[in-house]
Amino acid sequence: MSHDPHTQGAHAHGDHGHGDHGHGVEIPHGSMRDYVIGFVLSVILTAIPFWLVMARPLSDGATAAAIMALAMVQIVVHMVYFLHLSPKAEGGWSVTALLFTIIVVAIMLSGSLWVMYHLNANMMPLHDPSQLP
Amino acid sequence: MSTTTLSPADEPVRFYDFDEHPHPEGYSTMLGFWIYLMSDCLIFAILFACYAVLGGNFAAGPGPKELFDLPLVALNTAMLLFSSITYGFAMLGMARGNKNQVLIWLAVTLVFGACFLGIELYEFSELIHEGAGPWRSAFLSSFFTLVGTHGLHVTFGSIWLVTLMVQVSRFGLTAANQRRLACLSLFWHFLDVIWIGVFTFVYLMGMLR
Repeated sequence: MSHDPHTQGAHAHGDHGHGDHGHGVEIPHGSMRDYVIGFVLSVILTAIPFWLVMARPLSDGATAAAIMALAMVQIVVHMVYFLHLSPKAEGGWSVTALLFTIIVVAIMLSGSLWVMYHLNANMMPLHDPSQLP
Repeated sequence: MSTTTLSPADEPVRFYDFDEHPHPEGYSTMLGFWIYLMSDCLIFAILFACYAVLGGNFAAGPGPKELFDLPLVALNTAMLLFSSITYGFAMLGMARGNKNQVLIWLAVTLVFGACFLGIELYEFSELIHEGAGPWRSAFLSSFFTLVGTHGLHVTFGSIWLVTLMVQVSRFGLTAANQRRLACLSLFWHFLDVIWIGVFTFVYLMGMLR
């Protein structure tokens, strides 16, 4: 609880325990080390998938799995080192909102693909029009 | 005054709230902006879903293998990555209170952002010139919508960047300007995150289709 002298300590406003009222808003920013680590990691994580697709050392399936996995890792790297996301940021609300978004996106993407795949499979155009009734 | 006299102990405790704004200005801006970014995330998720569903419908037209130029995409990705770290340097300059450093790095970020947009417009114009415009097939419609929406975001980010450069050069690194720079930082890095999805899912996976 913040103990602002104006509130007489009797009922503080809400339960925002920042304790730094009147001292401005803390602007999140990383350190030079954060940005350099993030940059080097993302260059590596970008170069590998491009190389995998351009040089094709692996089979199609393995290449697809590898570039998807590397993209996931790179997104996490960007979130941590560039967007400064941490469980503590904004009292945990940033991560909560992110998790909610990920759940909605996952349901929507998998649901769309699932439904549309079945729709496509069942509505396949006939290759031989003479088979029409 | 009432006629009944009350001893001070019987006086009900009163609270005077003189503080109309108990929170400093903009205390919720960063969280609010983050929520906006999450909703923007949903827009892109829908466009990615569209592309995933329609990306194989070429209508007997050209497919990704004939159209996409991976070295160009790699160059574009590099531009966006460089712009990300130079924006980071601007934020570090802001933390130190160095106005000139902020302005210089914002200008460098703007150059990289403009290069990204230039390369993307070149790519689009080449595609349209080859007759592979958004009208050609469902694949190309969804491709242009997804990549174009990202490009539009970068365009508006660049306009915002110019606006903030003017603001900072005229009014300095005030609390409001610091907050705005922090919001644009989130926006800019967020666009980079979306681009990871674009180059992986659209361009690289397209070459494997």
